[in-house]
Amino acid sequence: MNILVVLPILIPFVTGIILILLWNHRTAQRVLSVAGSAALFVISIILLFTVWQDGILVMQMSNWPAPFGITLVADLLSAIMVVLAGLMAISVAIYSLASMDSAREAYGYHPLYQILLMGICGSFLTGDLFNLYVWFEVMLISSFVLVALGGEPNQLEGGIKYVTLNLISSAIFLAAVGLIYGLVGTLNMADLSIQLRQSDQPGLVLTLAMLFLIAFGLKAAVFPLFFWLPASYHTPPVAVSAIFSGLLTKVGVYTLIRVFTLLFIIDTAYTHTVLMVVAGLTMLTGVLGAASQNEFRRILSFHIVSQIGYMVMGLALYTPLAIAGAVFYITHHIVVKTNLFLVSGVVYRLRGTYQLKKLGGIYSLYPLLGVLFLIPAFSLAGIPPLSGFWAKFVLIRAGLEIGQYTIVAVALVVSLLTIFSMTKIWAEVFWKADPNIDPANPPENPSLGTLAGYIVPVVALAAVTITIGLFAEPFVQLAIAAADQLLDPNQYIQAVRPELLEGIVQAQ
Amino acid sequence: MEVILAFVIGALYTAGFYMILRRSIVKLILGLGLLGHAANLMIFTIGRLTRASPPIIGHEGEALHAPFADPLPQALILTAIVIGFGVQAFAIVLVKRAYQTVNTDDFDQMRSTDLQEA
Repeated sequence: MNILVVLPILIPFVTGIILILLWNHRTAQRVLSVAGSAALFVISIILLFTVWQDGILVMQMSNWPAPFGITLVADLLSAIMVVLAGLMAISVAIYSLASMDSAREAYGYHPLYQILLMGICGSFLTGDLFNLYVWFEVMLISSFVLVALGGEPNQLEGGIKYVTLNLISSAIFLAAVGLIYGLVGTLNMADLSIQLRQSDQPGLVLTLAMLFLIAFGLKAAVFPLFFWLPASYHTPPVAVSAIFSGLLTKVGVYTLIRVFTLLFIIDTAYTHTVLMVVAGLTMLTGVLGAASQNEFRRILSFHIVSQIGYMVMGLALYTPLAIAGAVFYITHHIVVKTNLFLVSGVVYRLRGTYQLKKLGGIYSLYPLLGVLFLIPAFSLAGIPPLSGFWAKFVLIRAGLEIGQYTIVAVALVVSLLTIFSMTKIWAEVFWKADPNIDPANPPENPSLGTLAGYIVPVVALAAVTITIGLFAEPFVQLAIAAADQLLDPNQYIQAVRPELLEGIVQAQ
Repeated sequence: MEVILAFVIGALYTAGFYMILRRSIVKLILGLGLLGHAANLMIFTIGRLTRASPPIIGHEGEALHAPFADPLPQALILTAIVIGFGVQAFAIVLVKRAYQTVNTDDFDQMRSTDLQEA
């Protein structure tokens, strides 16, 4: 049933096309958008179970054998990422029904959302480097429009910064793809994995590795290439921010993990040391940036940067446990970060601002909302028994095992500063008295029951966070299995081009 | 021929990055375009330049005989040009709308999303 591999791309694609055809039928669009996202989620779970049972799934498009055709590959990491994309898709699709304004819906929010999902799933599943570029562009073009959709001055300004930096990253990526083709004459990743390991020009391979680090690092928002993120993620409507914060930077992290476990492994002492330095600085600058902010979504944006550092740290440590930690961290982070943005949207719906100074008193009016904020916030900081604790525990243990004490110290300090930021939001938004209280003209306080469209996805994602925290065992097992696959590129090659491995065995 | 193209590519990259670093958003668009051209031309050059030997098997032949031009880089470039065209079109409209809404074409004035009280 290898058709399963292509379904996570086809479902959002077909849904998107139908939504475009139904341009003027808003209700039909809303129903179909949720239905398509739900279908994606269900299929992604089936895909993960199939990969878990049967090993890596491969599909050759149009039956052209690799490396001549385009290969789609679903290993455990890809399947996990697709499941997370599906979970975010359905959560944010439901949230959008309540939060998205009708003007943006009329200008094609729902079809763009589906095409964005198609680009994301395509990036996770492709086994061909140039095809990855194409999926990146699909994802970027729809994200460009989503950032600017609505045309508020802030959005356009943030949009220009977002578009510029992503186009530069694409141009570098494209150049690197061209150079790698000139060096070894193939773009199939399984092929490349063997060719680059046997290359007689290790200096050139290292240069290419650094080009890819820049291209994907820009997308993943690592130090010192992160500055577009806090300049743009807080400008679009919150549903767009939420799906971006959950998935887009993680596509960058995914590609980093992919190329630095499959392709560029000839000199890990050098490449992974660079990654380690980048990881530490990313964590620190992100969390310090967040500490200096006073706007709800800008604080969360800077925390995306700092959390990306933890994932890169797992990759940089490059032991089975560390890679498993990185995979587990991505799983936990996507759920938690999207949820925090969704909570900030609920607060905005109640008070009409994201400025901490103008907010207050939410807890006394909406204790449930306070709890729903605390679950992802504490999880982000890494307080047991929530999911973030296990994610950090695995990473830090992996660091201690191989004696990388500096990065471990940085990770722990950053954890502490994360609590500082989260308690700042808690104290300002939920705890302190409402500064705008005007006895003559009390604000309208709708009950949370009337905001069901906002609250249901938040509760669902909080439940996922608690589940991962309390029943961490199967999730860690899954992450360890994914890491085992990643650290043994021959499994990937065996699935895509078994005849190449025979050649190596014979040569030996 | 490769040497000439290498210098052209270098010049395109230099000009592209220089334009991006200017303060005007119009020059930014030009700069991004030049970067795209530089990347495309680089793929073209690095795919080996072969003259007058298309990769076509004749009536009597069984296989291709070297030297023949590699068709793949050209297919890559074609795809990249089409994508670049779409993205450029969007970027131009975005810049125009931003100019009309924010009322400036100077990057130094576009700081409101980076400031505290946006």
